[in-house]
Amino acid sequence: MSAAAERISLAPAAVKRRRTGGFWHRAARHVMRDKVALVCAIVLLAIALSAIFAPWIAPADPYKTSMLRCLLPPLSPKYLLGTDELGRDMLTRLLYGGRVSLSMGIAPVILATIVGGALGVTAGYFGRHINMAIMRVVNVFYAFPSVLLAVAMAGVLGSGIVNSLISLTLVFIPPIARVAESVTTQVRNQDYVEAARATGASAGRIIVQHVLANVMGPIVTYASSLVSIAIIISSGLSFLGLGAAPPLADWGLMLNTLRQAIYVAPVNAVLPGVMIFAASVSFNLLSDSLRSAMDVRA
Amino acid sequence: MPRDPLVEVRDLSVRFVNRDIDLTVVDDVSFRLDAGEVLCFLGESGSGKTVTMRALLRLLPPHARIGGSIRLAGHDVTAMSERQLEAVRGPVGAMIFQEPMTALDPVFTIGTQIAETIVAHEAVSWAQARARALELLEMVQIPSAARRLDAYPHELSGGLRQRAMIALALSCKPALLLADEPTTALDATVQIQILLLIRSLQKELGMATIFVTHDIGVACEVADRIAVMYAGRFVETGPVADIVASPAHPYTAGLLRSTVSASTRGERLASIPGGPPDLTDMPPGCAFGPRCVSHGAACDAGVPPLIPFAGGRASRCLLTKEVVHAGQGGGSVSREAHM
Repeated sequence: MSAAAERISLAPAAVKRRRTGGFWHRAARHVMRDKVALVCAIVLLAIALSAIFAPWIAPADPYKTSMLRCLLPPLSPKYLLGTDELGRDMLTRLLYGGRVSLSMGIAPVILATIVGGALGVTAGYFGRHINMAIMRVVNVFYAFPSVLLAVAMAGVLGSGIVNSLISLTLVFIPPIARVAESVTTQVRNQDYVEAARATGASAGRIIVQHVLANVMGPIVTYASSLVSIAIIISSGLSFLGLGAAPPLADWGLMLNTLRQAIYVAPVNAVLPGVMIFAASVSFNLLSDSLRSAMDVRA
Repeated sequence: MPRDPLVEVRDLSVRFVNRDIDLTVVDDVSFRLDAGEVLCFLGESGSGKTVTMRALLRLLPPHARIGGSIRLAGHDVTAMSERQLEAVRGPVGAMIFQEPMTALDPVFTIGTQIAETIVAHEAVSWAQARARALELLEMVQIPSAARRLDAYPHELSGGLRQRAMIALALSCKPALLLADEPTTALDATVQIQILLLIRSLQKELGMATIFVTHDIGVACEVADRIAVMYAGRFVETGPVADIVASPAHPYTAGLLRSTVSASTRGERLASIPGGPPDLTDMPPGCAFGPRCVSHGAACDAGVPPLIPFAGGRASRCLLTKEVVHAGQGGGSVSREAHM
């Protein structure tokens, strides 16, 4: 293998890559340089991986109760983080709880980004009557405090994971739609959109290519900051009995059931809260870092 | 007339209409342009030159109302649907914008933007379009074009960005190039390079070109013919050399007197007294009347017609016949001349 020949043939591509770099490449490099964001990313990755692989790595059965071993303190033999009020292994339940809590944090935000983003971009691009019709409705929903809206929705739809997913999605559609609308309105008036029209681009192509590409960054970074709120609200719904139902392992629900034991086994009672805190803070800090990383113009 | 001209505009008017106001920003504009000709709209801010140019591709805000007729290479632009216009914008008429900073999409590379436009209009593969984009960048004299193909707009200097913008406009081989003050946002040294580039490309490709500028030096540099605009109307049209040598309209004469050249060093720069009229409150007769040195009672009777005279020229002034050969002002007009 001739190294020299290879270097010559690869040279233009290599030069090109070093000069500009891919968008994701640059964003990733930015996050890598930001120490806090890096730690958050590792924490999140750890939580996510342990949640995904919970069935394989968990030391015990999350639903196996035992009255004899209830509320064991952390670091007990065989029970690293102790047991809950029904004698189930805390570590196992925290790992499993990550599955519900993380999906309840991420899924509604993704759904709301798709729906709210579509609404906002449509309203922003076409303006006038279409904008008025969409944004009036959105603003009515936006007027309710998010927690109140989520509780009301979940109350109306009834408890359960799917219903709390729907209510959380509905909660996040208005703020995302508002951000999408305002960013789109700005982008729409940019010269490059006009320039695209001047080269004969159709409205569809302008929206898909120029508008979406330019509004995606702000919308995604905003949406990523909502994940932490989604985790907290979904935990809150579970805590209130409107989300996950027992015996399912969910951080919010665990917080509720261990609440009565707070004087007996305070550390056990606090652990689910610590998980909620760690996950939501990590999401928040990481999304902050992403915000600056994904700004191409910076 | 053996064949139709490339551009034929008759009695064009543009009004901006909303609930409270009905503003006529362009009125009574007629002109024709053949392939390979360069016409320059010269006028100050708000004189309607940009609006006139944009009307040719119907690139106006939704509240604009266009009157009169615009024919572009046989297409009746005023009667076309938005979808039909997409086929005209690009291959028939393309536009260069004033601000190269904002007229290129910041999230795509130059090559992608040019190739996208080519693919949208012609049945070519992405690879072919990329190859054409590279040719275009070389044509607009961007150094190390192959590398710049993958550069984002923010990685280029203003002059290079404007060249990329020109390449984008030329990507569909337009018959008509519209340039909206393409050099205003650039440094003086870069300005002249861009002007010469546009001029040489225009000659090479045989494009008709309409140039909008407020800089009479730019107009002299690139144009065959000039149309001086004032308050939405043409006030004087004709070949650029003749107009500079002997302006027929008092406004044009005033513009030429207020240009900077080496011979006026140390002197106070002449200016036209007053300011352009408020479009919501136009004078009854000649729009320039209130600022005109030769203002007479007849001037207020009605808007004077564009009076044609020898040499293919025309002037919207009642004194036209008398001042044709007075030959005042003018002289050497420097490149940097600003009005």
